[in-house]
Amino acid sequence: MIIVNNRDKLEWKNGMTVRDVLSAMGHVYPLITVTVNEELVEEEDYDTRKVPDNSSISVFHLAHGG
Amino acid sequence: MSLFERNVPGITEILKNSAISVAGLGGLGSNAAVSLARSGISKLIIADFDHVEQSNLNRQYYFQSDIGKTKVDALSDHLKNINPDIIVEKHHVKLTKDNMISIMGDSDLLIEAFDKASEKKWLIETWAVNFKDKPVIAASGLSGMGKTEDLKVHRSGNIIVCGDEITDISEGLCAPRVSIVANMQANLAIEWLVKNKKRDKI
Repeated sequence: MIIVNNRDKLEWKNGMTVRDVLSAMGHVYPLITVTVNEELVEEEDYDTRKVPDNSSISVFHLAHGG
Repeated sequence: MSLFERNVPGITEILKNSAISVAGLGGLGSNAAVSLARSGISKLIIADFDHVEQSNLNRQYYFQSDIGKTKVDALSDHLKNINPDIIVEKHHVKLTKDNMISIMGDSDLLIEAFDKASEKKWLIETWAVNFKDKPVIAASGLSGMGKTEDLKVHRSGNIIVCGDEITDISEGLCAPRVSIVANMQANLAIEWLVKNKKRDKI
């Protein structure tokens, strides 16, 4: 089981990547920052970075304004 | 009477030996910097490429007499008017992936206070890659009005984001919500410094 944003639960699958998690959660924001177990994952690695079972993933949505 | 006589007991000594970088001096950065100065932070490293305009005054910590000045100069004057002993390192420059670390890196933590989401992203990620042990306290989703209960703190390790992560600039920017989030950033910065520097002393 994977926990996303300390709230949502997602069933873990063998070989699951960060991209798979984002797709499964329906994240559509164009600008996000992602961590897996508190470690930053850069965008170029979303397709290849494997997510271990029992991971905690954070997806920060970045919105304009400051 | 000293400036920090009414401060939270025990924090003045810690903040007196702390430095914070503030990237961007708009609604978030200017208000966060003022709260940090009032709290007793001894050094602020501030960076912004812009000048103060009339349209900034609905939410940013500037005054009519500041219009036309660089934001770093105007804000530096205000910070020193609050605490004459504060050290303000000013950088009137456009921060980039290439210069950010050398300009902002010599501090305990970073306050991200940019306007554009794409710039927030590279700033947060560049800092996180370079400094595993120093937090970046960012903001996302502070536009519009009301919806105070939607403002939250989302953290993962040393990446901390304040705001609702939804509202964007298309809703307009209004002083209360921008200032609340700026002060959430400042509050988290102080909390992190006090907690971690106290621990370092043990």
